[in-house]
Amino acid sequence: MDFSKINWKKAAITAGIPLVILIFLGLWPTIGPQYWVTLFSYFLLYIIISVSWTIFSGATGYISLASAAFYGIGIYAAALFREQFAANLPLIVVVLIGGLASFVLAFIVGAITLRLKGIYFAMFTFGLVLLLKEVIYYWEIQFNDLRGRFVAPESNDTIYYYLLGIFVITMIVAYLIRRSKYGLALQIIGENEEAAAHTGINVTMVKVLTYAVSAIFIGAAGVIMATKLTYVDPGVAFSPMMSFSPVLMAIFGGMGSIYGPVIGAVIFTYIEEILKTGSMKNYYMLIFGVILIGVILYLPNGIVGSIQNLWKRISGARRAHTRG
Amino acid sequence: MHILEGEGVTKYFGGLAAVSDVSFYVDEGEVVGLIGPNGAGKTTLFNLISAALEPKTGEIRFKGKKINGLKPYQICRLGIARTFQTVKIFGNLPVIENVRIGSLFGPFKGLSTADATREANELLEFMGLSDVAYAPARDLTLAHQKRLEVARALATKPTLLMLDELMAGLNQTELIEAMDLVKKIREKGTTIVMIEHVMKAIMNICDRIIVLHHGKKIADGTPQEVANSKTVIEVYLGEASDAGN
Amino acid sequence: MDLIINIVLGGLLIGGIYSLISMGLSLQYGVAKVLNIAHGEFLMVGAFITYWLQQNGVDPLLTIVVGGPLLFLVGFILYRTVFTSIRLKAPNTGVYESNSLLAAFGLYFIVQNIAVLIWGTTPQRFSYLASSVTILGEDFNENRLVATAFAVAIGAAFYLFLERTRIGKAIRAAAQDPLTAGLMGVDINFVLALCFGFGAAMAGLAGVLISICYPITTTMGLGYTVIAIVVVTLGGLGSIPGSFIGGFILGIIGTGVTYWEPGLAVASYYVIFIILLLVRPKGIMGK
Repeated sequence: MDFSKINWKKAAITAGIPLVILIFLGLWPTIGPQYWVTLFSYFLLYIIISVSWTIFSGATGYISLASAAFYGIGIYAAALFREQFAANLPLIVVVLIGGLASFVLAFIVGAITLRLKGIYFAMFTFGLVLLLKEVIYYWEIQFNDLRGRFVAPESNDTIYYYLLGIFVITMIVAYLIRRSKYGLALQIIGENEEAAAHTGINVTMVKVLTYAVSAIFIGAAGVIMATKLTYVDPGVAFSPMMSFSPVLMAIFGGMGSIYGPVIGAVIFTYIEEILKTGSMKNYYMLIFGVILIGVILYLPNGIVGSIQNLWKRISGARRAHTRG
Repeated sequence: MHILEGEGVTKYFGGLAAVSDVSFYVDEGEVVGLIGPNGAGKTTLFNLISAALEPKTGEIRFKGKKINGLKPYQICRLGIARTFQTVKIFGNLPVIENVRIGSLFGPFKGLSTADATREANELLEFMGLSDVAYAPARDLTLAHQKRLEVARALATKPTLLMLDELMAGLNQTELIEAMDLVKKIREKGTTIVMIEHVMKAIMNICDRIIVLHHGKKIADGTPQEVANSKTVIEVYLGEASDAGN
Repeated sequence: MDLIINIVLGGLLIGGIYSLISMGLSLQYGVAKVLNIAHGEFLMVGAFITYWLQQNGVDPLLTIVVGGPLLFLVGFILYRTVFTSIRLKAPNTGVYESNSLLAAFGLYFIVQNIAVLIWGTTPQRFSYLASSVTILGEDFNENRLVATAFAVAIGAAFYLFLERTRIGKAIRAAAQDPLTAGLMGVDINFVLALCFGFGAAMAGLAGVLISICYPITTTMGLGYTVIAIVVVTLGGLGSIPGSFIGGFILGIIGTGVTYWEPGLAVASYYVIFIILLLVRPKGIMGK
């Protein structure tokens, strides 16, 4: 490699900014007010989910509406493995179990449905969330004589640092996939699946594996959030909003870069926080719907993409851009 | 030696035979033309060889080994590359990236990134696409998009290249360029099977021609033999008078 | 034996309404290519308009005359504004279908939450033609018979409309091949908007009929959307006879499962849906 060609200034910025942000996030519970620490936990949660969603769906264009299923599986992993089977399993082990369970579920779903047309995949994954909710309700009421379960709470700081850890891993994995040959394979599957297959890409393997890997982080986050909710039932665990939120956040922020879903997640989490009480909740969902349609109509590349396009147009005016 | 062989290959679509009991072979180094009226089953046969479809019965062998039942990516890595009747390029990616993808994923052992870039540049040079290497592929003209598809196919290092209507929709100049291109590829030692409607090109380039009609093979021989075959003339004349009605 | 008669008759009675809802979705997805997840919301709006007018002394069946055209107009305008724009901007059908699915989800959030803000979440019901009728030894409410009769009549009328009229032919042409239909002088955007409008109107009419038989809530829409999706998958996309057969089959299965274990009725729909997608995505009447 020719070291003289490395742009040190650029390298310092790409490595430096995330490092500064990470140090800030690491110190936040010690410097920030309690309310804001909790709010940041939610920021981290939604960033994890929308970045994970984007790893697979953003690249391939297959819209997965199963995020709530993976999240719910994580929540139930916490409820079962913290309370029922082995009350004293350390939290980290339960987090791994939740991630693994989501991986397995996503792998099975992917293996049987990723040969379907995109729109049927979306419907199937959405149906899965509702199916799990119904079946677990039935199972709990019929066989366990209960509707919901209690999960032992963890301190706010523990929850925060676990989410921060999952967040860091999610971001690194998303970044590495995006930069790798594997990420390129995903992208061209999104461009033209048939041509990708005939160019030597094992399309099924790439799709199923990525989908399963992206589900790990959502399941792990579900485990942590169960300790924050302390009471969980299928309605809470498998709320369809958990499936739609990452889609809207990612599209709104823009899926062309890794920052897009992050920005989208922070904005919507904040709006939800402002509008979370009483009938304001309905206003939030109303606004959610309006923005969803607005973004699809007017911001196809999201905020980040639109800013980049604008920037290109400005700099493009200076350097006359020639097309083939 | 027969590099590619088919034996009794059959494929049905909703009860109708699209390809019916077709046996064929392709020798190493040959350029074989696959012709026939619309709906004769030519593209279906390509799809069967490249594993986009699976035959109902029959066997397809490549270098003596049975290949039906494999997946498209495995076929590609064995050394069979193809292009498509309607171009399927990766439109949002730059031209050079399209070719690099071929080198990265296509060969049995994928190339390193640096080698892939070097090879992509060579191939673009060979194809006359160097000037547009960094343009998004969707911005190219149809003739250039078709060339790009061939470049991507060549990047996978095929021993057998299947071209599906490379010449369709090209103007006179582009047509002559495309014919030269096929000859150049063959000179590199690649075996070629091409579906084509442009008779001038077929007669000019091919060593041998296989004619399909209603999913059945009705002729197989040198351009001269096929041009003089009574059955083939009937099929094409019948087609012409059908079109006249 | 009594139980079987009861389940089959009960299934047929609800199945008629399921058919009507599904026909609407079949038009919206089969022709206009919008998998309208907000379909059930139009139904819910139809039901609440009926409820509101009934409270003000209007006969529920008269609402058909108001609700149908009103929802048709809403659907038509929605397609002309939102979905046409998505269609024209999309590079291919796949992107158009995905984006319109997401926009339909947006619509679902909007309509449902406006309804919750206006009418709250408590179930509402009113009594209409509540006397009972005996068929084959089983008792059924008169309103369910009337509702089913209307559903079948509306469905049949629409079938004739598609088969016999010029606009009907244009719709069928567009369903077959939008591109060629466009070339042959059919104003494709108009026809697709028409289909979306008709789909919304059918959902609305189904809502009117549901409100005279069953309690209604502002959150009931999604459940009916799911039923419509399953029926359409079962009967085959764009097939009106398929919608009828699928509707009746699902009605009977749903009634049967509810008898056995009410908690699993909805789950059984998903299971049918999942099996169908994997085994025969074209549906029983699909080509």
